[in-house]
Amino acid sequence: MRISIDRDVCIGAGQCALTAPKIFTQDDDGFSELLPGHEEDADDPMAKQAARVCPVQAITVE
Amino acid sequence: MADTETVSFPQDRTCPYHPPAEYRPQNDGQKPLSPARLFDGRRVWLVTGHAEARALLVDRRLSADRENPEFPVFTERVARSTKRRIELIGVDDPEHNAQRRMLIPSFSVKRTAALRPRIQETVDRLLDAMIEQGPPTDLVSAFALPVPSMVICALLGVPYADHDFFESQSRRLLRGPGAADVEAARAALDEYFRTLIERKRSDRGEGLLDELITQQLDTGAISRDELVQLAEILLVAGHETTANMISLGTFTLLQHPDQLDRLRTSEDLMPAAVEELLRFLSIADGISRVATEDIEVGGVTIRAGEGVVLSTSVINRDEAAYPSPDELDLGRPSRHHVAFGFGVHQCLGQNLARAELEIALRTLFDRLPELRLAAPVDEIPFKPGDTIQGMLELPVAW
Repeated sequence: MRISIDRDVCIGAGQCALTAPKIFTQDDDGFSELLPGHEEDADDPMAKQAARVCPVQAITVE
Repeated sequence: MADTETVSFPQDRTCPYHPPAEYRPQNDGQKPLSPARLFDGRRVWLVTGHAEARALLVDRRLSADRENPEFPVFTERVARSTKRRIELIGVDDPEHNAQRRMLIPSFSVKRTAALRPRIQETVDRLLDAMIEQGPPTDLVSAFALPVPSMVICALLGVPYADHDFFESQSRRLLRGPGAADVEAARAALDEYFRTLIERKRSDRGEGLLDELITQQLDTGAISRDELVQLAEILLVAGHETTANMISLGTFTLLQHPDQLDRLRTSEDLMPAAVEELLRFLSIADGISRVATEDIEVGGVTIRAGEGVVLSTSVINRDEAAYPSPDELDLGRPSRHHVAFGFGVHQCLGQNLARAELEIALRTLFDRLPELRLAAPVDEIPFKPGDTIQGMLELPVAW
């Protein structure tokens, strides 16, 4: 179970960083980034919630 | 279906925080898309289903291009004014993406969090002045409008001293009343930003506009006209929308004292409360798109060239997404609302708006625990349905 972010699709809305701040952050350019060590947190309900609120569906949790 | 049976869009709300009853799916129950007609009789698809709205707003076959002659227009004043390209919000990718990427870093969660002390200071100062003057007051002009107006000025590097000018021009741009007003407001704002940008080119300040001049205009990445338009969009979108959320949010909380009590007694509730207010109020009610290809959705086929109008207020009250959707419930998980839109055009300033709303509402009710309406509810004027929703005036006392 891994979380992945398609950074080509990301529009920097920040919904993931706002919804699941323990898993996601935004880099200096505003694009979504996984916090180190959280790539495998796909079972965390907050990861799924972040994927749901992403306006461009750039987050895959599987 | 005969035209008399289709709902007309837009319509005025009868209660400032509820969608017009006719926007909702009629008779045959849960239909997520239904035909509607615009002011000129043109038929469009009105989207009211939450799942369908999310699917459509990420669908590249729907275009936001304001220059497309088939793009749905809500008012005669806009239809009669000269069509022109509207940067960022009115262009599709890849142009939209290139413009958005220039702006994203300035609106990130982190950058917005760093603005919080400044927002707090602005809110405090405005409330100090309001309290010193004493009740009654119009909360729109004393608080709801100046908060976001001051904040967006500081962010962009626009002198707040010019606020009477740009607030009144924004009002004309968004509300007319006539096509001549829309044209005149555009021309006045164009001229204002051309002059401001020229001035900044020789005397740089500290704001997003100054950064964009250095990084984008002087490098030839964008033209001056493009920057003028981007500046206008950021300024107008940055103050009108949040001002309406503050005024209508305050009105709504005062009309729901049980929810206001909850908010007062639970410090942690504010972020969720703001999301719920965004969902419940859906002030930007009517996102327009035009189909560039046939799209099958919700049991219907949208044909290429047809207009699509998404009623955010009804979408955000879809029972499939929100149980008891017509109840204001500040504790419910609401973040999957489409009040900021969805897809690549989702509101760029949403995190700034959240920060402003949290700070403005918390501080207002903390400092003025006795805040109440100073006029009978049904005499308080609110905005017509063809523009962003909110209060025209909000007489309050404390």
